[in-house]
Formats: sequence, C-alpha cells, structure tokens
Amino acid sequence: MRLRLSALASVALASVALASVALTPFALSSQFLVNLATLTAFSAFIGQAWNISGGFGGLTSFGHAAYFGVGAYVAALITTRTGLSPWLAFPAAACLGAATGGVIGFASFRAGLRGSYFALVTLAFAEAFRVIANSAGFTSGGLGIHLPLRPGIAALQFQDRRLSYALVLALLGLATAIALQLRRGRFGARLIALRENEDAARALGIDVVRVKTTALALSGALTALGGVVYAQTYLYIDPGIAFGTERSVEMLLVCMIGGAGTVLGPILGAILLHAIADTARLWIDLPGVAPMLYGVVLLIAVWLLPGGVVALRTRLDRG
Amino acid sequence: MAEPLLEVRGLAAGYGPFQVLHGIDIEVRVGEIVAVLGANGVGKTTLNRALSGLIPARAGTIMFAGRDITLGRHDAIVRAGLIHVPEGRRVFPDLSVRENLLLGAYLRGRATRDASMERVLGIFPRLRERLRQHAGSLSGGEQQMLAIGRGLMANPTLLILDEPSLGLSPLLTEELFTLITRLHAEGLSILLVEQNVMQSLAIAGRAYVIEHGRVALCGPAASLAEDPRLRAAYLGL
Repeated sequence: MRLRLSALASVALASVALASVALTPFALSSQFLVNLATLTAFSAFIGQAWNISGGFGGLTSFGHAAYFGVGAYVAALITTRTGLSPWLAFPAAACLGAATGGVIGFASFRAGLRGSYFALVTLAFAEAFRVIANSAGFTSGGLGIHLPLRPGIAALQFQDRRLSYALVLALLGLATAIALQLRRGRFGARLIALRENEDAARALGIDVVRVKTTALALSGALTALGGVVYAQTYLYIDPGIAFGTERSVEMLLVCMIGGAGTVLGPILGAILLHAIADTARLWIDLPGVAPMLYGVVLLIAVWLLPGGVVALRTRLDRG
Repeated sequence: MAEPLLEVRGLAAGYGPFQVLHGIDIEVRVGEIVAVLGANGVGKTTLNRALSGLIPARAGTIMFAGRDITLGRHDAIVRAGLIHVPEGRRVFPDLSVRENLLLGAYLRGRATRDASMERVLGIFPRLRERLRQHAGSLSGGEQQMLAIGRGLMANPTLLILDEPSLGLSPLLTEELFTLITRLHAEGLSILLVEQNVMQSLAIAGRAYVIEHGRVALCGPAASLAEDPRLRAAYLGL
C-alpha cells in the first residue's frame, strides 16, 4: 500500500511540475523562451503521436514523416489553392493521415512484416513520398510552397507566439488523452498484448492486422495534424522539410529518450532533447549539427537508459 | 463411445522449405484428456500452431465439432471454441492480471465475460489477490495459472495446453496436473501436449507419441505406459 501511495504521489507531483512548466511561457514576454517551449511541446506532440503505434504497439516506424508531410501539404494546398478556411486543414489532414497510415499498415501487416522489416518499409514509404513531392506538379516540386502571410485567427496564423504555443499544447493534450485511454482501455490492451507476445495474442483470437492497422491510422492522423501546425506556423514547406528523415528521427528519439509505450515518456523525452539540443546549438554553430547530435543522444539513450527516463524510477526503486 | 470433437487427418505443416509434420492423424472425443507426447523438435508445437490456425495446413483436414476448420482463421477457430494456451513466455507482462484475463474473452460480450471472470477467479484464488499487479511480477507458476485462466475466459470446448509444465518445479507441476484433472472433471475436453511422459499418461485417457513429424504410437494411456516401444522410442532406454 505504501508503494501505491508513493507511486500516486510521484505521479501527482510530476503532473503538477509539468503543468507549471507548461504554463510558465504564457507569463513570459521573452520570445526565445516561448519559442523554445513551443518547439518542445511540438516535439512532445508528434512524439506522442508516434508513441501510439510505435510505443504502445511496438510498431517501430522510421517513416512517420510520411504522415507529417501529408498534413503539411494538405494545409499548404488548402491555403494556396482553395478559398477554404485553413482550419479545414485539420480534419482533412487527419483523414488523409489516417488513410495513409491505414494503407501502409494494411499492406505491411497483411504481408506479416515486423520489427526492422516494418521499420525499413516505413522509411521507404516516406522517401517515396519525398521523391513524389519533389517531382509532382501540384506540390510545386522542389521549389516548395510559400503560404501567404495573413495574420489572424481565421487564417490559422498567430502573430502572438503564445497563441501558437496554446494550440500546440492543446494538441499535445489531445494526443496524451488518447495515450491515456490506450493505457486503460480495451483497444490499448489488445495493442500492448500484440507487442508483448504476438502468438499468444493471436491464440486469443485477436485480429492482428486490424488492431495494428487501426493503431497506425490513428497515429498517422495525429501526426498529420502536426504537419498542419508546422505549415501554418513557418509558412513554407518543401519535400525535404515535409518528408525528410530528420522529422521521423525526432519523433522516435523523444520516445526512446523518455520511454516508449508510456504516457509521460514522449513529454519527458522532448523536454530533455530540447534542453540538450538547443543548449548545444548555442555553443556549436555548425549547419547539420542537429542530426549528428540526435545520433549521439540516441546512442547514449539506448546505452544508458534502456526503457527511457520513465524506467529510471523503477530501476532506482529496485536499487 | 463419445462423439469425436477434434478429428485431424493427414495433417502436414511446416515453415518455408522445412516440412515439420508429415501427415498426422489425431482424434479427441468429447470429454477426453488426450496426451500428445514427444521429445524436443518432433513437431509438437507446430502441430498446436496448425490446429489453432496460427500457421496454415499444407495438406490434410482438421474437423472441429463437426465443422471443417482446416483453412479457418485463428479468430474464427477461437470463436468456435478451440482455445490454445501457447508455450513459452505466456502472459503479457506489462498488462495487469485483470487485463490479461479480459483479453481472453476478447470475442465475447460483457455479461458472459463477467461470469467467466468469476469462474476463473474461483478456480485460481491467487489470481484474485493479484488482479491489479503487472502479470510480469507474478511467479512462474502463477504466470502459467494466468495463461490457463486466460484460455478459460474464452469458454472453450477444447483446451489445447502446450507444454504447461515447462519450467515449473516438481511441486508446481503436481499442482498443475491436479488442476487439469479438475477442469476435465468439470466437463472440459483437453489436448495436453507434453514432454512430461509419465505424469501425462497418468491423467490422460489416450495418448499419441510423435516422432519426426509422424504419429509413432497411439493407444490408451494405461497400455502405452507399459509399452516397451514407448521406452525405446521416446525415453531412449
């Protein structure tokens, strides 16, 4: 019982600490800190989206940029090619992201792909999308797409950075609520069961292809929302930004650092990654240093922190 | 003689270029415990996996409760009442005991699920005390009980137990076999796949001995226990 209480207390403490950290930027006028908080919350959000399939389902993907890019291009095309409200990009991107995840998932899981084979196929899909975006007409190819500057809430462009931050925080809240529901609900139990022992789960009659495909579609939908926010915030995307490997790595990295398959993992991982990466960027001013740094951080995380920061507590408890 | 529940005729199965089963005939009648015996690597687990639809049969037929399930999907087979408790790491360690049990009733409605849960917890009182714990924190014996309990949650007509005594101490193995007899007494038909020859023969009605993917011997358990060929073929004596 003492153990349960202390576990509860630490969860409560962590939540209060996270909430106060999350709310501080609203009181700040420093653009730098608000931007840092937004970037961190954004990493946490897309990390949490990756975590839905990659963490809880153990479906390690190296190609989540595919969904991110789909969302980014949906937003860019809606703004530049149609007179529709950019807010419509959210439902449209969610549907297209889910469809993309559904197709990639169904094809891979139907063929029985698992582990590193699945990871490679997702990487290949993201790369194929990048190549298509590079050569297709409707994406303006390698030139990329500039979104016109139209500040205002109706156009989903926020001059006050704190509003962007609030939006990202809301999305992070949504993704985290879904993760919590997965941890508690029946669908999540099936997904985790498949991750832990696929044969045993199948022996219970769990439909492997359906559960995994649903998880990937859900994750794809959330990730695509991240793409919309990116396009609307930075007002420029090109195939490399939208479908590049760096984005996929960022998502899986925050989960690896924080703890994949846990609700708090991506959030803690994002905070740590940005604390390290953004501090380092102040000291080392080299182009291309970020991917290298990501590689080093990943190595250290896998080496020193198996199970991520979240697992540290149980490891410390056991002495 | 009771009617046949499971009838396997000429079953062949394997992985890629490796043919493991070369035409197996096995029968389980309603209310029987049938033991399938054999050393490591003779195809016992492959047989189980083929029976529960986890790998496709390459030849032969599998009839279950009067229906042909040879090409059935694993979830359809589970729904028909044939439940397989697999060997190896058998529970989902990161899920709670309760979640593990509920997953066993994946295909069933809430009311029957609650009734099954009560029944299973009645059989395994120790699981009731540990409902909220992670399954990974249970002892080896408790994990095996949980795996069987999870299988019972699906309300099977035929329970296939794949090497349930693997890795258990002699005392726990004793307890396990007592439990199997008890489930049998409650009317469950059981296909017991085991390496533990003497204890299996003691509780089974009939038995099959598998060698190199074929049935080498079969017959009533009592007479097989005395059969010198069993000792020669299986025990290497």
